[in-house]
Amino acid sequence: MSMTGSAGATAQRGVRELGAEDKVGWDEVTQGVALNSFNGETKGAAFLSQEERDYNDFNSYTATVASWRIIKPVYNRDICIDCQNCWVWCPDTSIISKDKQMLGIDYDHCKGCGVCVEVCPTNPKSLLMFGETLDNDDALASWPEKKKKAKK
Amino acid sequence: MAEKFELNEVEVWDGNYASSQALRQAQIDVVAAYPITPSTPIVEGYGAYKANGYVDGEFVMVESEHAAMSGCVGAAAAGGRVATATSSQGFALMVEVLYQASGMRLPIVLTVVNRALASPLNVRGDHSDMYLGRDAGWINLDAFNSQEAYDLPLMAFRIGEHLDVRLPVMVHQDGFTTSHKAQNVRPLQDEVAYKFVGKYVPVDDMLDFTRPVTHGAQTEEDWHYEHKAKQHKALMDSRTIIDSVFAEFKELTGREYKRVESYMMEDAEVAMVVLGSSVETAVLTAKQMREESGLKVGVIAPRCIRPFPYDLMRETLDREGLKAVVCMDKSAPGGAMGMLFNEVSAAAYTTKSRPIITNYIYGLGGRDFAIDEVKRIMNEQKAHADAGHITTHIQQFSGVRGPKLGFFDTRRG
Repeated sequence: MSMTGSAGATAQRGVRELGAEDKVGWDEVTQGVALNSFNGETKGAAFLSQEERDYNDFNSYTATVASWRIIKPVYNRDICIDCQNCWVWCPDTSIISKDKQMLGIDYDHCKGCGVCVEVCPTNPKSLLMFGETLDNDDALASWPEKKKKAKK
Repeated sequence: MAEKFELNEVEVWDGNYASSQALRQAQIDVVAAYPITPSTPIVEGYGAYKANGYVDGEFVMVESEHAAMSGCVGAAAAGGRVATATSSQGFALMVEVLYQASGMRLPIVLTVVNRALASPLNVRGDHSDMYLGRDAGWINLDAFNSQEAYDLPLMAFRIGEHLDVRLPVMVHQDGFTTSHKAQNVRPLQDEVAYKFVGKYVPVDDMLDFTRPVTHGAQTEEDWHYEHKAKQHKALMDSRTIIDSVFAEFKELTGREYKRVESYMMEDAEVAMVVLGSSVETAVLTAKQMREESGLKVGVIAPRCIRPFPYDLMRETLDREGLKAVVCMDKSAPGGAMGMLFNEVSAAAYTTKSRPIITNYIYGLGGRDFAIDEVKRIMNEQKAHADAGHITTHIQQFSGVRGPKLGFFDTRRG
């Protein structure tokens, strides 16, 4: 499911469409709809990167909702100043950033809301929305120039 | 460590105080509560135990009953033993969260002191709140007096927290007639009671950081049905655990509890099915009638309202000599037969004897229900039995002023 340019994708991330999981019977569903995040016991999960965690099949990390999206943000590394605004504002933790360095978009969970573009402070913006089917390289090739300040 | 509370072998307690003592002895981790008449003294008493060092757990005062049950759900999901108390309008406000608690399989204990629902506003006892919550997926037990209002909460923790059950449990008692009536109660000593209830074993607790878990997930048509089916099975199967906890309690105290209590049913020709404090009125009347007129009167009282004991109810009703049964519902039926009439009729449907069954609404808003009226109703059952068919309306109102009120006729033999 992961697309070209998708950052931090691992063997587990977005491996199936949400809702395409194995539908078990009443005798096999979890008690009280309690859903474990990881397989087995885990220690210090908060200090592990996503790639290092053993996500359970019921964790949304392993499901993709990419099909919900009709427009997508594309990220331009050449302009980005790593301010982390997009990482802070993204409602679906779909901005991948490590050690305060922006790496890209988690296209398995991004729903195309465009908040990251709104809050990007650079000129031109380092994130812009494009049609879902447009190739990311074509999007980058069509990136706008820096806007000049209007003369008073 | 909580202080030991000095208790006599026999105490004089009302139902509220009895329940609050049981909650104290269970050493609950979190009680989140909002007071309402007539259950206020339960949480008031519990607050006093907390203030005086008899309780180690947290006592959270919240802004409403919805918040009280929400706090209970949160604390139970976190992994604590949890309980609270309420009545009437407060219970109604809790209803949304009652369904969350059972769906999330959180073994919260709720002591409900039954009171009428507005409108008209009324603080007296009837079973409107009990009936409102009966389909919320909780185990429902009913205490008929103060002793039972002490015993049943202790057993409620054992039943609900059992790993094969993991469901919340309500313990009902009648507002005022039980909750404010002082009677002799034989409590257990603190260490004996706690040993019976046992240490709480959490399941999927959110405070277990080695196994992070999500509670309260959303499911749609692809998963919801299976979860509700599993939940219903747990509730239905809890019957065997209820029976075993009742048996264990009898071994400890000598006090016997059954999912269906029956009195003088061995040879009864007519019987009354009734709940709450009216059970003792009915039993007393049955004894008197047997002495005075020889009419063989019996009394049946469901101890367990959910899961409804269709099995034991059927067994109790399946007697050749039993001719007529009256089901007493202390809740405005809202355009239907009373709940007890419906459940008991269902249980009786496959019996060989198929007794005549009729329905009375009674005692709404705390209207008194006394011996003379029980006698009148039982004699009416005898008339049904002699005629071989129902001689009145199927549903009638007992003790209401104005012209006689009844609904639906039949001539079934």
